Amino acid sequence: MHTFAELIIVFVILLDLALAVTGSLATCIRIAALQGVVAGLLPLLAGGHIETRTFLFAFAIIFLKGVVFPWLLLRARDRSGAGKEVETLISYPVSILLCIGAFIASSWLGSRLPLPTANVAWIVPASLATIFTGFLLITTRTKAITQVLGYLVIENGIYIFGLALFVEQPMMVELAILLDVFVAVFVMGIAIFHISREFDHIDTAELSELNDWRRPEDVK
Amino acid sequence: MVLLLLSFVILLVSAALSLCFRRSPARASAAGVYGAVAASVAGLVSAGRILLSGGTETLSLPWPVPLGSLSFNLDPLAAFFLVPVFLLTAFAAIYGSDYLKSYAGKKPLALAWAAFNLLTAAMVLVITSANAVLFMLGWELMAAASFLLVVFEHEKAQVRKAAFLYLVVGAAGALFLLLLFSLLSPSSPSFDFSTFRRPEGVLAAAAFLAALAGFGLKAGFIPFHVWLPEAHPAAPSHVSAVMSGVMIKLGIYGIMRMLSFLAPWPAWWGWTLVFIGAVSGLLGVLFALSQHDLKRMLAYSSIENVGIIILGLGLAVVGTSHGMYPLAALAFGGALLHVLNHALFKGLLFMGAGAVLHSTGTTELEALGGLAKKMPQTAFYFLVGSAAISGLPPFNGLVSEFLIYLGSFGALRAREASTVYAAALAIGSLSAIGALALACFSKAFGTCFLGEPRSANAAGAHEAGQAMRAAMAALAWACCFIGLASPLLVAPLAAAAGCVLDPRAASELLRYAPLPLSYLSAAAAAFLGAALAVALLRAFALRGRVPAAGPTWDCGYAAPTAKMQYGASSFAQPLTDFFQPALRAARHYAGIAGYFPGKTSFHTENKALFYDNFYTPAAAYIRRLAFRFSWLQQGRLQFYILYIVTALIALLIWKL
Repeated sequence: MHTFAELIIVFVILLDLALAVTGSLATCIRIAALQGVVAGLLPLLAGGHIETRTFLFAFAIIFLKGVVFPWLLLRARDRSGAGKEVETLISYPVSILLCIGAFIASSWLGSRLPLPTANVAWIVPASLATIFTGFLLITTRTKAITQVLGYLVIENGIYIFGLALFVEQPMMVELAILLDVFVAVFVMGIAIFHISREFDHIDTAELSELNDWRRPEDVK
Repeated sequence: MVLLLLSFVILLVSAALSLCFRRSPARASAAGVYGAVAASVAGLVSAGRILLSGGTETLSLPWPVPLGSLSFNLDPLAAFFLVPVFLLTAFAAIYGSDYLKSYAGKKPLALAWAAFNLLTAAMVLVITSANAVLFMLGWELMAAASFLLVVFEHEKAQVRKAAFLYLVVGAAGALFLLLLFSLLSPSSPSFDFSTFRRPEGVLAAAAFLAALAGFGLKAGFIPFHVWLPEAHPAAPSHVSAVMSGVMIKLGIYGIMRMLSFLAPWPAWWGWTLVFIGAVSGLLGVLFALSQHDLKRMLAYSSIENVGIIILGLGLAVVGTSHGMYPLAALAFGGALLHVLNHALFKGLLFMGAGAVLHSTGTTELEALGGLAKKMPQTAFYFLVGSAAISGLPPFNGLVSEFLIYLGSFGALRAREASTVYAAALAIGSLSAIGALALACFSKAFGTCFLGEPRSANAAGAHEAGQAMRAAMAALAWACCFIGLASPLLVAPLAAAAGCVLDPRAASELLRYAPLPLSYLSAAAAAFLGAALAVALLRAFALRGRVPAAGPTWDCGYAAPTAKMQYGASSFAQPLTDFFQPALRAARHYAGIAGYFPGKTSFHTENKALFYDNFYTPAAAYIRRLAFRFSWLQQGRLQFYILYIVTALIALLIWKL
């Protein structure tokens, strides 16, 4: 069964790269959802005896990440008139280079971190790479909705990281995190909707005019 | 310790109660006042027991804060500082119950009382905590609570400015304290005071300087005094009394406490302190002399008195480092006693100024006058406070200065030239400070209470309320009591001095102080007796007759006006002219011309020398420096998240 789990890990990494280069917002949301689903399958494939509880948790996670979140995000995209494009601050080639760099750095980090040996190869680097990809989405994309997406991808990464240290309990922790993220996505969806109604766009770059910082020449 | 804990709990509970009663100002005030007084009684008993027995009580409770431990230490030094804290806050609360009445309905009195009791609780925490983390907690709580009280009248722009300055200075001081504790940490196994050890070499000097700056910003000696003349007049008067009387003394407490960890002291530390003390004493009283505002003048006078305390502390350090133990003991005892004395008479004077403000609506000296007729009791108490602060017998100000003089005159016979120089410098500057303080308070009392009213406000003045008068009377009696019964205080002073000084030095206080102090007390009693005899003689001579009363300011003019009186600045002019190079006051004089001159004007303007010439340029420099990094401040969410991520990853990699 481990071979299958390892295949999924490779798939997760490929999805990271796909997220870095996809220009369509809807596709991005779906890729993140797909990543969540395959990550949710991991505990079922990790081998050994599967308890009912594990099965239920996995099901809840797959349902939330695969159905509820994309639905909420797509709805927020449509309602806020966010448009179809992912607007980036850096070009796509640079994005993918950064993503590959993040994967290399994660491999190094994974070998250095004092963790118990995982029974699935590449699981720690893959989780770290996913977290970095999430940060990449947050820091280099301008639209508010891509930031929500970034948090979701980070959450996927944290979930996989938790599986790497597989000891029953992380499921509980994961569920708690998931609940937080669920609330966050919900709140952000509403907030984005309101921001767009107020300012006719959800471009965070434009929102920077709302800050309290003044240039030196403006003072006095 | 149990009683002290009880007092601490009472303070917190009464603060919470005040907030609960925010709908009813009368109940909120009652909760605040009764809480403050009850806590003070419990706390004074606890502190008094320690001072009389000379023992130390400690208390340690479990506390899951990293590096912190909930450990308290009540030694004689802490107990000695607790005495003025509890005395003054209790009387200030009684005074405040009357003083704040006129604000009821207009201002959140509940918040004011909660902050007041929280301030007291924070001061108790600072004094008794035996752990650096707990100490910083109390220190910041103290700054926050007093800030709330300073902005009480926040609708005035000047108050907001003062409060902001106070906040910034408090934060700067806290930064220096963090530096101090981090300098001490390499040599100390934990942040418990009991484990603090002196660092090696340069680190010890750096720690001393950090303590001087950090605590100095609270104590307010020159050059760290800029916030005092702004924040003290801004706060309500009973709060000014507490801030000026005891809160700034916690800076002194901090320096003393840190000195006890940093022994043995090099002589230059003492010299630094002596120099700072002499300069802030002299400049403080000079600035006070040239002020036109009563409360601002009192704030500058606090700088002067903190200077006297630092001067005594510096002499103690010089004396210890040269083995001149009698000098060290007497100077330290004088400094410590001056902490208590200044709390009493400065509290009294601020309350007097508050009574004037409450009754006339102004503290501008040139608008007052003739108040002794309208508010005779306040005038009498203010006179007592003025005499005490000028170091006149039979009051307490003389006793503490006398101890420093006594040590210094003894040290003039020392072998080392440098001790002699320090002692001579102390004697010279102390006597100059005393004379100038006398001039300063003659001016204040004279322009405020004597002569004729200079404005309609002053003419319509009325006597202060009963609670206000009671609080002032109690403090005036306390001033008189210490003046008469100073030998009783030698044993507690020696016990407190033993917490900081070499034990050999502290015992010298018991040997050298009691006899001269009993002479002093006898002289004070004789003086008081003589004054009483004169008063009796006068009453006897006047029996059965009615003394005639005439106008105060007549001088043979046909139609005198109140404006012809000596004003505050004209009274001080001979002295301020002489010290003009140090004061640099600006003069605006239109001049007169012709035989029948028309309308003309004259006014002087005091410059905040250090603020204008040092702090403003420094702040501008820091601002320019900060703007160099303005490219970091893009105003984009993405960049801020990027900074956080970068910092986290850097930390992760650094720790690998």
